[in-house]
Amino acid sequence: MQSPWSRREFMATSAGLTGGLVASQLVSAPSPAEAVAQPTPAHYPVTLNLNGQTQTLELDARTSLLDALREHVHLTGTKKGCDHGQCGACTVLVNGRRINSCLTLAVMHQGDQITTIEGLGTPDNLHPMQKAFIRHDGFQCGYCTPGQICSAVGALSELEKGIPSHVTADLTGPIPVSQAELRERLSGNICRCGAYSNIIEAVTEVAGENG
Amino acid sequence: MKFTAPAEHNPIDQLKVVGHPHDRIDGRAKVTGTAAYAYERHQVAPQAAYGYMLGSAIAVGKITRLDTSQAEKAPGVLGVVTYKNAGRLKKSKSHASRLLAGPNVEHFDQAVALVVAETFEQAREGAKRLHIEYTSWPGRFDLAAEKVRAVPPKSNPMSGPPDTRVGDFESGFAQSPVQVDSTYTTPDQSHMMMEPHASIAAWHGDQLLVWTSNQMIAWAVRDLSETLSISPQKIHVSSPFIGGGFGGKLWIRADAVLAALGARLVKRPVKVALARHQIPNNTTHRPATIQRVRLGASKDGHIQAIAHDTTSGNLNGFREERAGSQSRLLYAGPNRLITHRLATLDLPEGNAMRAPGEAVGHLASEVALDELAVQLKMDPVELRLLNDIQFDPEKGPQRPFSSRKLKECLSEGARRFGWERRHPQPGQVREGNWLIGHGVASALRNSPTLESAARVRINSSGQLTVETDMTDIGTGSYTILAQTAAEMLGVPLHHVTVKLAESHFPVSCGSGGQFGGNSSCSGVYAACLRLRNALAHKAGWDVETTTFSDGHMSSAGQTRSLGEVAGPKGLSAQDKIEFGDSQKKWVQASFGAHFVELGVHRISGETRVRRLLGVFACGRILNPKTARSQLLGAMAMGLGAALMEGLAVDTRYGNFVNHDLAEYHVPVHADIPHTEVVILEELDDKSSPLKAKGVGELGICGLGAAIANAIYNATGVRLRDYPFTPDRLLSQLPPV
Repeated sequence: MQSPWSRREFMATSAGLTGGLVASQLVSAPSPAEAVAQPTPAHYPVTLNLNGQTQTLELDARTSLLDALREHVHLTGTKKGCDHGQCGACTVLVNGRRINSCLTLAVMHQGDQITTIEGLGTPDNLHPMQKAFIRHDGFQCGYCTPGQICSAVGALSELEKGIPSHVTADLTGPIPVSQAELRERLSGNICRCGAYSNIIEAVTEVAGENG
Repeated sequence: MKFTAPAEHNPIDQLKVVGHPHDRIDGRAKVTGTAAYAYERHQVAPQAAYGYMLGSAIAVGKITRLDTSQAEKAPGVLGVVTYKNAGRLKKSKSHASRLLAGPNVEHFDQAVALVVAETFEQAREGAKRLHIEYTSWPGRFDLAAEKVRAVPPKSNPMSGPPDTRVGDFESGFAQSPVQVDSTYTTPDQSHMMMEPHASIAAWHGDQLLVWTSNQMIAWAVRDLSETLSISPQKIHVSSPFIGGGFGGKLWIRADAVLAALGARLVKRPVKVALARHQIPNNTTHRPATIQRVRLGASKDGHIQAIAHDTTSGNLNGFREERAGSQSRLLYAGPNRLITHRLATLDLPEGNAMRAPGEAVGHLASEVALDELAVQLKMDPVELRLLNDIQFDPEKGPQRPFSSRKLKECLSEGARRFGWERRHPQPGQVREGNWLIGHGVASALRNSPTLESAARVRINSSGQLTVETDMTDIGTGSYTILAQTAAEMLGVPLHHVTVKLAESHFPVSCGSGGQFGGNSSCSGVYAACLRLRNALAHKAGWDVETTTFSDGHMSSAGQTRSLGEVAGPKGLSAQDKIEFGDSQKKWVQASFGAHFVELGVHRISGETRVRRLLGVFACGRILNPKTARSQLLGAMAMGLGAALMEGLAVDTRYGNFVNHDLAEYHVPVHADIPHTEVVILEELDDKSSPLKAKGVGELGICGLGAAIANAIYNATGVRLRDYPFTPDRLLSQLPPV
């Protein structure tokens, strides 16, 4: 991927993204008068393929892919639960692989194919995984749900491709779709309502249909 | 309508729609990401600016310097709200401390500023450029150290006096040949709902509009009114989708107030979401407890004396954790003493979290029961069956339970689980490096009912619209309210639209305390009775002889469609349910029994739960699918409480150190096995016209104790300090 900006610029902005914030939270002693005004943060054009449609945005380099989706494109199906890669609510598929969209900057995704929950299915045309979640009541408050569904779709595709997980016994043969495999692979998606048992039933059903 | 006498046969008993496992009617919106949660409502406030909150870096003390100049100069920053420009803010009665600090600071991460900017990134950057200096004062952060200064808290209408005494506990205990005297501790816990607290606020003249994530709409209006000193009539709150609450969103928090202040300052709508790491220290949590349980029994297992002494702490002496609640009701025994003590701490506000009181109370009392069974060499299921009681043990037979199927839950659970195959001696079953154990515990959660109103409209096509300020926090309110209205008017479920959580709708009970489903459906029931009357009146028929079925109404051989009778303008009816003294006459509670199989790794001390079974009796089940989800979800949270959840207090600085989901561990997929939930048939005609009881909080009660008891059965190690992380087991496990 051809990046429109240098590695050095990236390091500077991403350090600002986390380091400074933590410092101001914890330091109660007078901080040195280093807070001199800095130039307006750089904006960059980025073209994303979002759910099959090309979209060009002019974004602050600090904007996460998650915030680009939610705040700039208004695709709010992708959720912000922690903004730190700890909960999985922001899971989307980038070039077919699931990632936490809060942990990646939007401008890093020039030309990438991004599928969000809105791209999987709509209320009138549900994806099989969305149907299964409804049928098995694989959610309650619904806030982790788009992430769970994107993650489940991604996990089944990984299983199909033979990508092993921590619990895979045989690293060379085909991987059976077991409950242990699904639980392991979906453990990055927290559901505080605790719908886990139902989610696994829903994903197992779809895996069976696919198989 | 007033609910003053047990419910008789009524239209709900037809069970054409109610009682069936319908999919959630809001399900399609939730699984496609089209349900808009508070922060996502771009359409209501398209030009909203972004607010980023900064919390206090100290727990107790004073802001000595507050320099916002660099922040104000930062790119995109529109303004900074601090105590200096916020105007006069009051502390509402619902809050232990003010929602904006300054100059004094009452707890760590109490809001000190909101930076408002054109974009989220700019607001966050602006918050980094705030220059704040503090003077820190010593605080009280250690519950164990403050326990000696704890005092009896006030009585409260829902849970009664702090102390109750029946018979003579001291003599009864002293004379009991078999005794248990154990002390248990439970840590501070965080709700950690998936959607962080979030609000968008806008001013239209002197009218304040708040789109937020809140369980109790009328309370949100009241508390905003108190905090900002504006008339409640000028405040409008909307919260149709809520990404989990568990008690953490019962009361407005800093996001709502700061968004309102920010919007006033920059003269445009402002949106504020708390960052995940701000939730434990800025908002509320479930307070830690120290609980001493004493049980005295005769040699044949009859309990003679029960004492449950509990201590919790809170900011500014706010409210206590009622951890002794279930001990007042669960088992028989002539001599009883239940006490609650409250210490003042300078930690963030402690408040309700799913099943406040009972959730942590069971973690002590149901382990003590197991300890008693061990001493008696008696099966713990048998011990519980032996001490069952069908009336309030404190008040006597004149106050029976409205319904109580604890025995049936225990017996049915034991049968399904294969309890008889459990090895009664601890540490006897081993599979490889795993020590296998089984545990049981009872579950009791009070089932309160609260006044609740609703409006039901019907149009000329016979379509119903239900409007109430009730909320759906994942509980399934949308669906069960639609089912109730469909049943009452005899229309199919898809002919009902449910609109919730707007402050201009009739005031409901809201979501909390597992009163929501039963009470709000009863409110809709009352409104539907009114609408049936209005339809019958308009048709000129006697409502007593009119039946409502298949979109039609019939009486004396005539049949007309509802839409036709409703006419082109439609009809509307509103009413509320009031519950009279039914809670005084009968103890109303839901019951259950948990059965757990787990393995403890004999080398690492890790506990893995292998089987979970919960058997519950909680009145009529309005929707078996959503009710089951409530129960199994609460069981998952109960597992978390037993094995991993605990906020770590830094007693030097007065904060919770593990303030995010990387450090505060909640159960994930890999922790939760297939969960079996069985719900027994039960109708409770004394509880409500629906004959239902509370479901949402029952499942968390007792599950953790069943895990504690299973760990003992697996290893012979009795753990009393939650959570049971491997380090707590490791030193006590038998040598490998």
